[in-house]
Amino acid sequence: MSKMTQVDPAANAQLFILQDQIHEPMHDRFLWATMMRRDAEAAAIPEWEELREIASKIKEHTLTHLDHYLEEFEANASKRGAHVHWALDAGEHNQIVYSILQDHGVKDLIKSKSMLQEECAMMPFLEKRGIKVIESDLGERIQQLDGQPPSHIVFPAIHKTRRDVAEVFARTIGTDPSDDDPHHLTELMRNNARPRFLAAGAGMTGGNFAIAETGTFMVCTNEGNADIGAAVPPLHIASIGIEKLIPRVEDMGVFLRLLSRSAEGTPLTQYSSHFTGPRRGGELHIVLVDNGRSRRLGMPDFWHSLKCIRCGACMNTCPVYRRSGGLAYGATYSGPIGVILDPTFDEFKYSELPFHSTLCGSCSDVCPVKIDISDQILKWRRVMAKKGYLPLAKRLSFAVAGHVFGHPAEYRAMENVAEPAMDYAPHFLLYNRTMNPWGRDRELPQLAKETFREWYLANRSENANVQQ
Amino acid sequence: MTTLTQAANGKAFSRDMKIGLFIPCYIDMVYPEVGIATLELLERFGLNVGFPLNQTCCGQPMSNSGDEANAAAAERLFIENFSGYDCIVGPAGSCVKQVRCHFDSMEQTDDVKHVRQHTYELVEFLHDVLKVDSFPWAEFPHSVAIHNSCSSIRGLGIAKPSEIMGAPFNKTEALLSRVKHLVLVPVDRPDDCCGFGGTFCVTDEAVSARMGIEKAHDHLRHGAEYVVSPDMSCLMHQQGVARRAELDLKYIHVAQVLNGGPF
Repeated sequence: MSKMTQVDPAANAQLFILQDQIHEPMHDRFLWATMMRRDAEAAAIPEWEELREIASKIKEHTLTHLDHYLEEFEANASKRGAHVHWALDAGEHNQIVYSILQDHGVKDLIKSKSMLQEECAMMPFLEKRGIKVIESDLGERIQQLDGQPPSHIVFPAIHKTRRDVAEVFARTIGTDPSDDDPHHLTELMRNNARPRFLAAGAGMTGGNFAIAETGTFMVCTNEGNADIGAAVPPLHIASIGIEKLIPRVEDMGVFLRLLSRSAEGTPLTQYSSHFTGPRRGGELHIVLVDNGRSRRLGMPDFWHSLKCIRCGACMNTCPVYRRSGGLAYGATYSGPIGVILDPTFDEFKYSELPFHSTLCGSCSDVCPVKIDISDQILKWRRVMAKKGYLPLAKRLSFAVAGHVFGHPAEYRAMENVAEPAMDYAPHFLLYNRTMNPWGRDRELPQLAKETFREWYLANRSENANVQQ
Repeated sequence: MTTLTQAANGKAFSRDMKIGLFIPCYIDMVYPEVGIATLELLERFGLNVGFPLNQTCCGQPMSNSGDEANAAAAERLFIENFSGYDCIVGPAGSCVKQVRCHFDSMEQTDDVKHVRQHTYELVEFLHDVLKVDSFPWAEFPHSVAIHNSCSSIRGLGIAKPSEIMGAPFNKTEALLSRVKHLVLVPVDRPDDCCGFGGTFCVTDEAVSARMGIEKAHDHLRHGAEYVVSPDMSCLMHQQGVARRAELDLKYIHVAQVLNGGPF
């Protein structure tokens, strides 16, 4: 087990904060403003909390009858003329996509943002095999050009300023580096990308929801970019995680009301497109992907994470995410939902993630499908502690503290040493034997001359005797 | 959420019940005045309050880090110390949350269940159990920003979290608004975490400090002289940040205001 393979989100977040006085405050302010819009939109719906409850119940029901709904979806989608494929893992998914592209002689692919395709590392896989892939979501395209993964589920380049974007475009598509006007930059990218969109041999999308009773899947975007990929090239391939299933069309009435309000504080995404079978003259392939999901479904403490509809509200509300930037998590999924999903892919690599949280609980309260995210973060800490992944300093000090706190006489002895010494603040601040991390940006708390217990013995001795 | 009627197990609260005073370790050592204010305040209501002398820590630092094995001894001792009381009251939301919500690694004996169901944070005890509606002895001619901790808001329900829709309530505010001459000031982000988070504040120092300084500026911007909280642990962190940045803010526990000191 090499330390090299473990992601250190605290150190990465520190770099994000310390790089300058611009990035972190901007990131925090933008996402906070998004949260404020979300709160206002949610408050405008009297039955908001009821909607969350119903959405949660629908997802729980579907996940506990997933085999049934998957087969129903496959049957109905096939009936409508779609080709349905099953992929056990990322490798199978990528291979299936590649085979379809090969069968059709496709060399140029336009794709719209899909976290699942990120999870499968599909883009590098295809590019290595000579397929040119162009991302059609603007934020995702910025990240693609900069060679970075998305830092947010919904706002992939939210950690970048417009100056950063101007720099990336100047470097990669030859625009004027001093022009950081957002409208210009968007127009320049549109002009650069559009000819390639029109020439692509296939379009790929993800899917926000897959409806069992009709074999329909839905894709929600604000740029309409998924629609151009699905409507222009003759071949459409959609990658859909098996947890995206919902039973009926009418269930969309619940989820669509929650999704964009939670994600961005808008009533609906600009485009909510239903795809039921191929369009006339076209071909539609749906790849249903497991990639660890059925294993997660079997984890009593963690299966509820499969209810996620990828709105990103937990990221926007998370005070730690807002200060860290999504890249600090070093994983496909960042923020609170990432903290509970990523360890299911690699427990050791992501063993520090559950500690990158104050357990404030806001993520659980904001989640439109009521995932107990904060409780799961604590449960992941327990997993990491049992596996021996706690940082050594913490492990040793907790062993000592655990003993001392369990034995009053030793606790008093420590208190007595602590007071004159003044450098034994509350024990939990001291586990690493140095106050440096506390003291870098904070003054030390002053220990009192007299503990409460001493005061009590001196001032309430009559009670003390009784209680002894 | 355990409501008070459930907590009293059908037994109505009466003033001659034995109240166990739970003083968390860091209050004992760093903020004894908060312990004194809490005890004196409870005594003002004529309650029979005892302080078990063998108490140490609720086990939260270890438990929150996932280390249940090392939290176990502290948790067992807590039950031993407090199982003989009808109600347990502590001036610390996160420690009370630990007892009520997270004492589940040990066998759930009758004593454990009793202690978990009858341990209250001070504000909820005053607001929900005693139903106090005046503090005639208290006067505080200052502008005050309230900082309810995340554990108190989302763990114990002493205020409505901003993310949850519904009628707003804030028990700390309800109590403080009964104090003569006290002026409450609103802030921009009342329930955004301050970045303390227990061991988080040292393991994630950069993020924690940034959250803390923004919190202090939010308080300052709105003209608060005092930040008042039911959780001194958050304030220990905020105070450290504010003092380093030489910001003119004072941090005290809600018990000190409601009791009229000691400060």
